Amino acid sequence: MSPAERGKIRLDLQLIADMIEPGTRVLDVGCGDGALLDWLQREKQVDGRGMELSQAGVNAAVANGLSVIQGDADTDLAHYPDNAFDYVVLSQTLQATHEPRRVLEQMLRVGKHAIVSFPNFAHWQVRARLVFGGRMPETDALPYKWYDTPNIHLCSIDDFRALCADMGVTIEKALTLSRHGRPLPNLPLPLANLLGGQGLFLLRRR
Amino acid sequence: MDTAVHHPNDKASGDPLAGLTPAARRALDASHSVWLGPLKLDCGVELTRHRVAYRTYGTLNAERSNAALICHALTMDQFVADSNPVTGKEGWWLSLVGPGRPLDPAKYFVICANVLGGCMGSTGPLDINPKTGGRYNLSFPMVTIRDMVNAQAQLLDHLGIESLFCVVGGSMGGMQVLQWAASYPDRVFAALPIATAARHSAQNIAFHEVGRQAIMADPGWHGGDYGAHGTVPARGLAVARMTAHITYLSESALQRKFGRNLQDRASLGYSFDADFQVESYLHYQGKSFVERFDANAYLYITRAMDYFDLAAEYGGTLATAFRGSRTRFCVMSFTSDWLFPTHENREVVKALNAVAANVSFVEVETDKGHDAFLLDEPEMFRTLDGFLRGAANARGLK
Repeated sequence: MSPAERGKIRLDLQLIADMIEPGTRVLDVGCGDGALLDWLQREKQVDGRGMELSQAGVNAAVANGLSVIQGDADTDLAHYPDNAFDYVVLSQTLQATHEPRRVLEQMLRVGKHAIVSFPNFAHWQVRARLVFGGRMPETDALPYKWYDTPNIHLCSIDDFRALCADMGVTIEKALTLSRHGRPLPNLPLPLANLLGGQGLFLLRRR
Repeated sequence: MDTAVHHPNDKASGDPLAGLTPAARRALDASHSVWLGPLKLDCGVELTRHRVAYRTYGTLNAERSNAALICHALTMDQFVADSNPVTGKEGWWLSLVGPGRPLDPAKYFVICANVLGGCMGSTGPLDINPKTGGRYNLSFPMVTIRDMVNAQAQLLDHLGIESLFCVVGGSMGGMQVLQWAASYPDRVFAALPIATAARHSAQNIAFHEVGRQAIMADPGWHGGDYGAHGTVPARGLAVARMTAHITYLSESALQRKFGRNLQDRASLGYSFDADFQVESYLHYQGKSFVERFDANAYLYITRAMDYFDLAAEYGGTLATAFRGSRTRFCVMSFTSDWLFPTHENREVVKALNAVAANVSFVEVETDKGHDAFLLDEPEMFRTLDGFLRGAANARGLK
């Protein structure tokens, strides 16, 4: 990251960062090159850790002075003790995990809170592409061919809420974001599910 | 700081240097050295005094907060960043230590000591056994990785360094780093174990045993008393080195470097001479090793590695070794390292995660095998540099 890029992070990451209390312990799962962690450490003095699948991402983050390990959300969250973190973040990665429910359980075991964002598969463009185009959806949030996508467990905002209810997880905060990660005004649930490009949730164990 | 320590020996009990080989003598003369002790060893024996030969680079700051300890691998020594008085070669980790390097002596006070049991100036089987007046040889007590680390800790006490900024090392050096972090958690701010493991695997013990047996089968070894017989188990030691050297490389590195190319000939010689370049390379490695390393020291140090099992020291659970640690760890492995493969390094990472320690882990993609940590691996140095910078900021070092 160049110095000019410091101080700014992607809008959806900023919204995640806004949910995090200063001075807390944060694990960012699927942290990429560590942009969010870097910002949180500098601006909110968090004790930050990262986990990232791609070696290039890990190396970039560690070379930038961040504490990041190469690891897989599906298997490696199990190595952390209960309550090791205040927040466990999973940004735009849930849909690429093998066992999303298990990953969520692990996040809420390891962290007091979980922050999860994901592309909304019920977005009207996704629906239109499948219904009218008869093709698997490709959008800004889901920019992959069906045969070449890391996303194997896509869900809608409503699906995610249903999972949380089923797991007995408290939704402390829910934001609906546009395709570009801008927050949309408070929408009634069916509309959020239709117009939201991404869902962003702050969760807590009940 | 660089000159403020004793040099080079102490005349208290006759001439304790009488047993040293010319190579060890040269190494000692080119180092600082200090007599320390007593040191209670894991085997139960207490050394009333032991000598540590070491080199330093840079200056200790007023806060005494910028000391970096480098732990060397099996056959390395304290000459990490300057000319080796025995081989005449330049320092073995110049890519890490030097101006503009991740451990720049302008910023850090870098220390590297020859390990206990070694043959480059620190007390080992070459020394005079005060009880007999002759060389220790095999009467030298068995040493462990923890003994080596305890000896280094005594050196730091002597140097007035309460807490190290970082401890770094690869292979056996990495074992010492892990032991440091476990035994002295409050003295280690940052730890970089590279291409290592928390225990020596059965395969690695097996390779070491082949090397030791080669040495002991050499008629010149004389039960370890070769000094008195005026011989050196040179062939056995060379074979030990050749075997070990193969484990330091990777199949693809050997193939790339040598393939099946012939050495100084156009066709097969139909003999047992070194027809192939790879044979001639191994012969060279073996021969040059004999000139700089003592066979008994090789036996002792390989044994120390074999005995290393950090979890066993902590009730069988590795994580227990790091419970409550505030040290910042950076574990690094190499994709083609089959001596200390990535999964063994990952065991350390898992254990550190299990106690929510501060840990980074990077696997560097390379075909150079275990030796990659000593070679030009830009990705490794970028990571080391980034990690050390982050740690230095956290420690308030400028």
